[in-house]
Amino acid sequence: MQGEDEPSGSATMVEDEIYANGTSSDDQKRNRPIITGEQLDIEAYASLYSGRTKITRLIFIADHCGAETNQTMQLEALRMAYDEIKKGENALLFREVVPKIDGRLGPNYGMDAAWCEMVERRAEQRKDKLENELNAYRTNLIKESIRMGYNDFGDFYYAHGALGDAFKSYVRTRDYCTTSKHIIHMCMSAILVSIEMGQFTHVTSYVSKAEQTPEALDAITSAKLRCAAGLAHLEAKKYKLAARKFLETGPELGSHYNEVIAPQDVATYGGLCALATFDRSELKSKVIDNVNFRNFLELVPVVRELINDFYSSHYASCLDYLGNLKPNLLLDIHLHDHVETLYDQIRHKALIQYTLPFVSVDLHMMANAFKTSVAGLEKELETLITNNQIQARIDSHNKILYARHADQRNATFQRVLQTGSEFDREVRSMLLRANLIKHDYNQRGGSRKI
Amino acid sequence: MGTVEVLVAQIQGLSSTAGDISRLHTLLKQSEELLHAETSRLPSALAQLDASQHSLGYLYILEACTSVPISQEQTSSIVLTISRFISSCNPEQIRLAPEKFVSVCKRFKDQVILEVPIRGVAPLLTAIRKLQTSSEHLTTLHPEFLLLCLLAKCYKAGRSILDNDILEVDQPRDLFLYCYYGGMICIGLKLFHKALELLHNVVTAPMQSMNAIAVEAYKKYILVSLIYNGQFSTSLPKYTSSVAQRNLKNFCQPYIELANSYGTGNVEELDTVFQTNREKFESDNNLGLVKQAISSMYKRNIQRLTQTYLTLSLQDIASTVKLNSPKEAEMHVLQMIQDGEIFATINQKDGMVRFLEDSEQYKSCKMIEHIDSSIQRIMTLAKKLTAMDENISSDPLYLAKAGRERQRFDYDDFDSVPQKFNI
Repeated sequence: MQGEDEPSGSATMVEDEIYANGTSSDDQKRNRPIITGEQLDIEAYASLYSGRTKITRLIFIADHCGAETNQTMQLEALRMAYDEIKKGENALLFREVVPKIDGRLGPNYGMDAAWCEMVERRAEQRKDKLENELNAYRTNLIKESIRMGYNDFGDFYYAHGALGDAFKSYVRTRDYCTTSKHIIHMCMSAILVSIEMGQFTHVTSYVSKAEQTPEALDAITSAKLRCAAGLAHLEAKKYKLAARKFLETGPELGSHYNEVIAPQDVATYGGLCALATFDRSELKSKVIDNVNFRNFLELVPVVRELINDFYSSHYASCLDYLGNLKPNLLLDIHLHDHVETLYDQIRHKALIQYTLPFVSVDLHMMANAFKTSVAGLEKELETLITNNQIQARIDSHNKILYARHADQRNATFQRVLQTGSEFDREVRSMLLRANLIKHDYNQRGGSRKI
Repeated sequence: MGTVEVLVAQIQGLSSTAGDISRLHTLLKQSEELLHAETSRLPSALAQLDASQHSLGYLYILEACTSVPISQEQTSSIVLTISRFISSCNPEQIRLAPEKFVSVCKRFKDQVILEVPIRGVAPLLTAIRKLQTSSEHLTTLHPEFLLLCLLAKCYKAGRSILDNDILEVDQPRDLFLYCYYGGMICIGLKLFHKALELLHNVVTAPMQSMNAIAVEAYKKYILVSLIYNGQFSTSLPKYTSSVAQRNLKNFCQPYIELANSYGTGNVEELDTVFQTNREKFESDNNLGLVKQAISSMYKRNIQRLTQTYLTLSLQDIASTVKLNSPKEAEMHVLQMIQDGEIFATINQKDGMVRFLEDSEQYKSCKMIEHIDSSIQRIMTLAKKLTAMDENISSDPLYLAKAGRERQRFDYDDFDSVPQKFNI
């Protein structure tokens, strides 16, 4: 497929197409101000979550927002975390946060030893009480009570931050589950603790266990399970599976699962994973036309906009949105590790998709559409071509990218001949080796004879 | 016992029928001591014999004759006698005493090497052809011949031997040397794929203990595989002997380093490794090959460009593959086009190179013939493989060994059948 073979008429047509596709379809849209990446509103962000995850997320933000440049943000996060911890009974987290504040928030936010002691003393008492109760249940052998006992223990440990013990206690209730509701309850508790611990293999196994008891699954629970599974896949870098799970999440989720994930997160995680891994038709059918998921996307208009931009090939504005989102996404406890990979994949997909319909592409136009220089674009395309992700070749003289259609027949011939000669060589050296070994045998056999 | 004269008479009388010759062979074996004692009278005895008719007797006397140190002035006459004998002797007779023939030929080679190696190439080739029972048979003379070819720089002559597939081997050492020298000859001829195959055979051959040939071969194997494949993987195939797998790498550290830095595709890094290990390469006599490997990196990088670019200026080529000037890039590209490694045209006016696709369409008669011959070849190989499999599975030695092994592992299965083969 050589560019020169093209009749000149079609070449101009192609150029028109590039124009229509890339740079300016409607100027209004292009000039629309793009929401600037304003600083994360921690107060609003924290209000999306409840329970332990709220605290850990706040601490995460404080750890990652860059203390030198963004001290106000860090202190704000720590202050809220401190307040939140005080409401609960987790002395472990408290001891973790106080040194981080390091007295910068005034005397009200210092080490409160009395509080710690009080919490710990109460915990001891409660633990003794729970133990006594559990022992009594166990001597009486009442299954339901034993289950409740273990469950209480799990709740107790969880509240005090002993996640490992909490997980063990929850799992122990399994032998005493009598109804499928109980099983679901056990699974949900185990999943919650595993997510907090970052043990995502456990999450996957308990999600599948819960899904095996469909009779007790209501809409909210199954939505929760989808989210948990999505998180597990995300953590395992299986972005496509993660995207599927998040997209399947029902709108019933609401804020019912805010001890783990907010509906906004579902939209962001799902949207980004889908962009990075889905092809165009999947993107249309599973994301844009997905009524359920649209509800989530409404919550995060930026993600909705960027997905639409991507689909309608306004790559520059899509990439702009992504760039603005990035600082905030890097502060997300689950997504931060994957932001770079996902962004790279999205950018590559955009480049690939841009070139796909064309026989030839003008690099100047394309660089314009991606807001980059021709030389930089050439380098990016080069890596994509080397990795065989784009079947094309660059005419660096005229700065045009030409699609290349591999000749299956020739490739097959080449492969056959190559395989043949490899086989030939290997069989020969094998025969030789076999003969050598045989020779060795003969020699040994001979020497034995003597 | 008789004297040399009697022996000569016996040789003359007993050289016609097969029965006579085997009797003569016994006689000759008995009189070996006599011959070695009376070396001074042998040249005259040789004169009375005809090399083509009395090959066996002639061979024995010649062997005895050359067993003593040869003086400087005798050398040329001896060399002449031996080369005449080699060209006229009767193959069937000399095969009765191969070790004698081999030792005569080896002495011949030793003499020739001292003077003009090229004089020994043709006689030794004849000697190999006469000594081997089939073209698959590797004789002790093979490595000697290849060594002469290398010294005489007659690579083409060596090639004629290397084209035969070797399957039967008398001595493992012969094979190691044969493949090593063969590899060097192929490197000389720039037949890197063949060289790679031969060196691969050395490296992966079954061995009980490390040997210097394998180490040297491995060094060259690394370099050739860089030149030919553009990459080298340190993991050897699993059929390689465990000794080789464990030890080879330790002996060739500089080469492994070179291969690793080659893998990065960075010319400067490769050059640093080359400079630090330069002395080592030089003392191994591999300097030339190392340089070839380094320059192959440029080719490799240019080849990669053909996959991504349709046109590229010489300037860009030079800067991408880190060549000093567009002129140098042009020379590289030109050379590669000439060798059929890339398909491209150079436009000197604009300084642009236009890369084309492979023009082979796999439609020509020649290509079909080539494919057909490959198929035939592979079918023969497959047949050979089956035959060999059958052969081995009915080999008493193999069965004895397999039987013993089974017995050791599994006492319940104990039966007396393999015991019979237990020699």
